[in-house]
Amino acid sequence: MNASRRITLTASLLLVFFMAASILIVHRIEVLRSGTALEEVLYISSPRLLKRLGLGYDGLLADIYWTRTVQYFGTKHRAGATSYKLLAPLLEITTALDPQLIVAYEFGGNFLAPRPPYGAGMPQKAIALVERGIQNNPDEWRLYYQLGFIRYMDLNDYAGAARAFLDGSRVPHAHPWLKVLAAQMAQHAGEWETARMLWSTTYSTANDPAIRANAAAHIRALQADRDVIVLEILVAKYQKANGHPPKKLSDLVAAGILRGVPLDPLGHPYRLGQDGHVEVQSPDDLPFIQKGLPPGYVPPVRPKILPSD
Amino acid sequence: MRTRVVYIAANTFREAVRDRVLYNLIAFALLMSAAAVLVGQISIDIERLVVVNLGLTAVSLFGVVIAIFIGIGLVSKEIDKRTLYTVLSRPVRRWEFIVGKFFGLAGTLAVNTLCMAIGVFGALLYVSHHFQASDAWVLVALYFIGLQFLILTALTLLFSSFSTPLMSAVFAFSLFIIGSFAEDLRGFAGITHGFTRWLATAAAYVVPNFSAMNVITSVAHEQPVAGHLVLLNTAYALVYAGMVLCAAVLIFERRNLK
Amino acid sequence: MSPPRRVAYNPLRSWSGFGGCAGGLSASGSEARKYLRLLAGCKTGIPRLGNAVPEPFHLFLLPKMAAIEILGLEKTYAVGFWRKQQKCALKPLQLSVEEGEIFGFLGPNGAGKTTTLKLLMGLARPTAGSARILGMEMDDPRVKAQIGFLPEQPYFYDYLTARELLTYYAHLSSVPASEISRKVSAMLERVGLADAPDVQLRKFSKGMLQRVGIAQAILHDPKVVFLDEPMSGLDPMGRREVRDLIEQLKRDGKTVFFSTHILSDAETLCDRVAILHLGQLRNVGVVSELTAGVRGKVELAWHGTMVPAEMKSLGAKCHESGDTVRAVLPEEKQDAALEVLRRERLRLISVTPLRASLEDYFVQQVKPVEATVGARA
Repeated sequence: MNASRRITLTASLLLVFFMAASILIVHRIEVLRSGTALEEVLYISSPRLLKRLGLGYDGLLADIYWTRTVQYFGTKHRAGATSYKLLAPLLEITTALDPQLIVAYEFGGNFLAPRPPYGAGMPQKAIALVERGIQNNPDEWRLYYQLGFIRYMDLNDYAGAARAFLDGSRVPHAHPWLKVLAAQMAQHAGEWETARMLWSTTYSTANDPAIRANAAAHIRALQADRDVIVLEILVAKYQKANGHPPKKLSDLVAAGILRGVPLDPLGHPYRLGQDGHVEVQSPDDLPFIQKGLPPGYVPPVRPKILPSD
Repeated sequence: MRTRVVYIAANTFREAVRDRVLYNLIAFALLMSAAAVLVGQISIDIERLVVVNLGLTAVSLFGVVIAIFIGIGLVSKEIDKRTLYTVLSRPVRRWEFIVGKFFGLAGTLAVNTLCMAIGVFGALLYVSHHFQASDAWVLVALYFIGLQFLILTALTLLFSSFSTPLMSAVFAFSLFIIGSFAEDLRGFAGITHGFTRWLATAAAYVVPNFSAMNVITSVAHEQPVAGHLVLLNTAYALVYAGMVLCAAVLIFERRNLK
Repeated sequence: MSPPRRVAYNPLRSWSGFGGCAGGLSASGSEARKYLRLLAGCKTGIPRLGNAVPEPFHLFLLPKMAAIEILGLEKTYAVGFWRKQQKCALKPLQLSVEEGEIFGFLGPNGAGKTTTLKLLMGLARPTAGSARILGMEMDDPRVKAQIGFLPEQPYFYDYLTARELLTYYAHLSSVPASEISRKVSAMLERVGLADAPDVQLRKFSKGMLQRVGIAQAILHDPKVVFLDEPMSGLDPMGRREVRDLIEQLKRDGKTVFFSTHILSDAETLCDRVAILHLGQLRNVGVVSELTAGVRGKVELAWHGTMVPAEMKSLGAKCHESGDTVRAVLPEEKQDAALEVLRRERLRLISVTPLRASLEDYFVQQVKPVEATVGARA
């Protein structure tokens, strides 16, 4: 048994050593290839050819490309990227392989259209993507919703948005809000309430965690904006009543104008800045807000819009 | 001791060469390269692109088939046909047998890849009429394909040492497919949580990392390959093949021959 | 008297005058055992030698080292899909084979002969027990250089020619490279394949394959040769050649251990045999001693065509040919039968004792066990 046992021992030790080494090397390769691996999607000029080459397994390939898309966006976002040049080709390939993958169109609507660093900044491509989706899925109300959303948010095309929402409301099993949104476009386009309606609809109807997190961030921002506007009106009222601006927001409470210092959507109380403006405590945690920012505020390179943030 | 390994390797090589099936496969692969030239003529612009893509894919796929086809019988055939009995009753250690078989098959595949590479370069020369600098990257891609074969050889040998030829073929082919999507598997592991994440991560690192060795698309578009990647892939192939060989030796050492 | 050498000294040969013990001139096992028993009995001194050889030296006088010593080798397999059931292929086996003898390992199919050989060759691991070949443990790598093995129904790399195969095996057996081609040619000559050295083995007949098999087993001049059913599937000419080859091996001083179920071959060739049945050793010994215990038969022949009625009752099998009747009956009935013939006034031609064959012994050993096994099953 002696020789045999020696061989067994040597082989076992070598096995463990090689396994550890292989894992380490894979790590290094990952780091090296993290940027370049997906670049080959730029060379797939014809996604339909890819579909044919998939030999009928396009469903699986679509899933693989979808996973790659989510992975790509998440990794780029975490690295603080300012451009997402592969997002459009990835989404185009994914939807070409599986035209019924609705979430891919929704992802495009939410992250392809907005300008960087919140998205890839390609609204036209996003529109083209969603329109192709509608061609392939004419009865899917979410796609009409997405189309209207992009037109409203990123292109300010309120009439076009209204048309999309209206078309969508006519589809069987459409979400009841679509009719309301269509009407809203006509009267109250550009208003705070409309934006809040849209983002709430997105939040409640989407399933993808990234889309929901993004929508939640928008809703919080909208709430904060509204709160700041109201608070600043109250501050002006105080100024008018007392001749000088309040030092702290609790002065307003003392004066009976406020019942209590209100909390922002994150649970922190609002503050009064030096120049009399109301500010939020941690603007980094509230991307998208337009009011309540301290003077000279520079937003972080990596806005906190995804669940991993 | 080392010379015995060399003799076993040489004998394995001789067996593969005299196995007429091999010639059919090589001929087929060469035919593919010829076809690539014809297909490329459909559009002058992408001649080179098609030749590289089709040629390299043919080399890769046929090499995989050859590796699996010959590899699965390496050990199990010897046990079934009892040719192994007269070998092991001689002063030959079991591990020498496994290692010899590995080098024999690896050598066969190397020669094979070389023949097919000549075919691809022949086609390339035909469409481009002269060699270009970017042809060097095609060589690198071929080298990477060769590394894949090395790993696949070790895997088929491993499976052959304890299971039937059919199951060995199934396992080896499955690992080839999964390994080609290893990067996606790691991406998938990154998205999931809990037990699934743990399982997927473990799988993603155990499975051979073939996806990093597949540079056919970028080479076809005349993109360079990082020198660092060449080094890392070589190291990985050696380490992974070594690991699999150790496992094969361990299994074969304990095995009772029927 | 020259002092005895430690190894290879056979007192039985040199001291032929050693009373009843050393009557045998061949180093067969039973003689050695008798000798040992005697030696154990008279420890204080060896008669005739008196004080000429001091006491510890009698250890040197032990018979030659056993070529093969099997010490309790046992093999049990786990069968079934879940590997739950145990199947015992070989019960603990205790056996030893002397150097220079031809040892037959007999048994019906499934007795465990091939299992034993596989255990000895290291192709399978024993569940228990060990073995020594030429004094070294069986898994000692040095053993492999001294033994040759021919497996049952061998199959060799059919894409090689006979010469290439033997050359390959010679390399693996560490035969010095310079001698290989000479040895290979000599071996091909010896097994009668000199006219087909460069034909691929896939074209060989069974007999030719068997010859190649023997060639590869003795190519590197091993001291012990193991053959598993060397004559299976051969025609009578082939069997004759293999028999001659084995005898030649013995003359060259090699030990031959072969397993077979063809008893007539074992009878003619072997010095000793062991009988294995259902994984268990039934008996070991010299053929003549084993068959001595079997009840023999005797053949009576007489003139005429009449078969007395009493013959049948004595258990005789009668056969008439021309004007002679031959009857075969158990030898203890011989006197009674002769008496019958005398009474009937039949003219006796001959009385011939028929030697019990190994087959009779074998059947006698195996049958009762088969019956009990059959009853149990």
